[in-house]
Amino acid sequence: MIKHLLSMDQLTGDDITHILDTADSLRQVTDRPIKKLPTLRGRTVCNLFYEASTRTRISFELAAKRLSADVINFSADSKSSVSKGESFKDTAWTLEAMGVDAIVVRHGSSGAPLQLSKWVRASVLNAGDGAHEHPTQALLDLFSIREHFKDLSGLNVAIVGDVLHSRVARSNVKGLVTMGANVILVGPPTLIPPQARAWGAEISHDLDSVVDDLDVIYLLRVQKERQNEQLFPSLREYAAIWGLDARRARRLKPDALIMHPGPMNRGVEIGADVSEYPRSIILDQVANGLAVRMSLLYLMLGGQEEAA
Amino acid sequence: MNSFLLTGGRMIDPATGTDATRDVLVRDGRVARIATGIDDDVAEHIDCRGLVVAPGFVDLHTHVREPGREDEETIATASVAAAAGGFTAICAMPNTDPVADSAAIVEKVWALGREAGVVEVVPAGALSKGQRGEKMADIGEMVRSPARVRLFTDDGHGVQNALFARRCMEYLRAFDAVYAEHCEDEALAEGGHMHEGERSAALGLRGVPAAAEELMAARDIALARLTGCRLHLLHVSTAGTVELVRRAKEDGVRVTCEATPHHFSLTDAALEEYDPNAKVNPPLRSDADREAIIAGLADGTIDAIATDHAPHALEEKDVEFEYAPPGLVGLETALGLANTELVGAGHLSLMQMIERMSTTPARILGLDDHGRIAEGAAANITVFDPAATWTVDPSGFHSRSKNTPFGGRTLAGRVVHTVFKGTTTVRDGAPSAGALV
Repeated sequence: MIKHLLSMDQLTGDDITHILDTADSLRQVTDRPIKKLPTLRGRTVCNLFYEASTRTRISFELAAKRLSADVINFSADSKSSVSKGESFKDTAWTLEAMGVDAIVVRHGSSGAPLQLSKWVRASVLNAGDGAHEHPTQALLDLFSIREHFKDLSGLNVAIVGDVLHSRVARSNVKGLVTMGANVILVGPPTLIPPQARAWGAEISHDLDSVVDDLDVIYLLRVQKERQNEQLFPSLREYAAIWGLDARRARRLKPDALIMHPGPMNRGVEIGADVSEYPRSIILDQVANGLAVRMSLLYLMLGGQEEAA
Repeated sequence: MNSFLLTGGRMIDPATGTDATRDVLVRDGRVARIATGIDDDVAEHIDCRGLVVAPGFVDLHTHVREPGREDEETIATASVAAAAGGFTAICAMPNTDPVADSAAIVEKVWALGREAGVVEVVPAGALSKGQRGEKMADIGEMVRSPARVRLFTDDGHGVQNALFARRCMEYLRAFDAVYAEHCEDEALAEGGHMHEGERSAALGLRGVPAAAEELMAARDIALARLTGCRLHLLHVSTAGTVELVRRAKEDGVRVTCEATPHHFSLTDAALEEYDPNAKVNPPLRSDADREAIIAGLADGTIDAIATDHAPHALEEKDVEFEYAPPGLVGLETALGLANTELVGAGHLSLMQMIERMSTTPARILGLDDHGRIAEGAAANITVFDPAATWTVDPSGFHSRSKNTPFGGRTLAGRVVHTVFKGTTTVRDGAPSAGALV
């Protein structure tokens, strides 16, 4: 198993299948009255979060605890690490000196987990870096899709919205392409880098022309804080042209899945009621995150112990 | 003063087109004689067989960091690093703290350079007060000061306002001074950390499009045509800019430009592991851009090789990629990179390389004492071994900063001796005792 999980580039189709299969069996633990395995007893996992993210941090924390690891949480504001206080590298060395076995890192600067992995002996798990990658999100998304479609190859998957700034999109495209899905990126040209074709995805600027054939529609969050960057005229226009409203949702194939990494802007990228459609698996994605992160910690840290 | 005889070297002097075995006798700071088989038993003989004897290199683009960031570099340490790299003159960029926008600052930089006495430190002046692009700096006073400033630039920033650029160009004509531009449209480049392309998209880093440079290059060429001012484009990095300059020269516009060793040696592939030492502005570009830079250097569209030597403190570079400041040190790797990537790879002759590193930059700066080896002229000479290979070890740099992406790289071409005003500042690859600070 890999030492660090930094990018979906590291994983082959077999690796992904192995991770998801392991997640499947670990999920049964969650259904037991005592929801704990002893696998990582005596091991320490640090959640190092330079960006606020309650849901990802809690998911990792719970995953580690379910495997009996000790968990410490270290939160810092990205900006403060440059203006004042301890440098990223010094923080890394501090954690190293304390003997942590794994560092789960979320950082606003693309590439920070890769840099971290060169400074420490601990395993590094990328929990989202800048606009680069968010591999555990992609894995839980693949897991969620696999619950409905046993074989991912040949599925038509649209990822809709702000691909340019999205680490979720980058990781998902890589994972989906590796598993043989057909990926189409949909949105205005201001939000879809033309170079994304090099990732093995197609590009469309017309949601209406693709919606009928989709097996999965994956909506990215519109980052309202980017409104002043003139990427599109208004949220209203965005919703009208690139949002999954009820009208478009009705055109989806009956078994097509609706996905979103959260948190949602209801009424913008997704219609207010669409998220509650039966084929919306948005809450399953959250639940599956736990199993997938348990699987990764189990495979990446547990395996070391067996070898030692 | 002392005298010595450089014997048996291959003298390459682009100013006269000489490429032949010559002895060069240096006496009292000047080249006393150039001939074969000079018989002189007074002067010390320095065996230069197998070595190239060239006019000392002239760097159009050095950030000396003094005044303001003496922890990163001083005029004295930059001078020693320059000499170690075979340079006899460096043009000190004005983006210091305070900015070199007045006669007092440029005189201070010039005086500190003379005090160090290792290379000629030629201060560049800012175009605008504080490099804010709003009010003209004391251009005429800097020209008339003992520092005799000839090249003006807001380097670090491009001049954003076209009218201000035009006024500066018009005013500079009074002194036949050079308007030098850091071509960057700030609105297009804002927030960019690397070249915009396939790699920036994959790495999740905001890119700086080639157009951010090309827009301003095109504007400045139009303004140079309008005003008749001498224009120099700093650190050209894109194929589009090279083509703009090529056409402007064909049209008779008074434009020159430079390219850096890192832009002809590396591409944005150097950023795949988010190495902060490969972060630089303008950014490392695509393969096609790198090829265009090399072609421009070969056909003379690009006049000069300039280092854009930009020292940064370790604590500023050893951070998350997006927080690291752009820039890398280049004085001590320039010859090795040029000789390896341009001459060794068969794109330029040694003569052409020396012309781009010495003769032409000296002409752009108006330095009569540099860029040539001639009897009676000041002895500013570099002796190098084009075949000697060495491995870049940043810890051995004489620069106070070590930020380079070339650590561990093996290069061919090593400085053996540097002669500044008739004195060896570097001897057998090491700075002379008097040069060390």
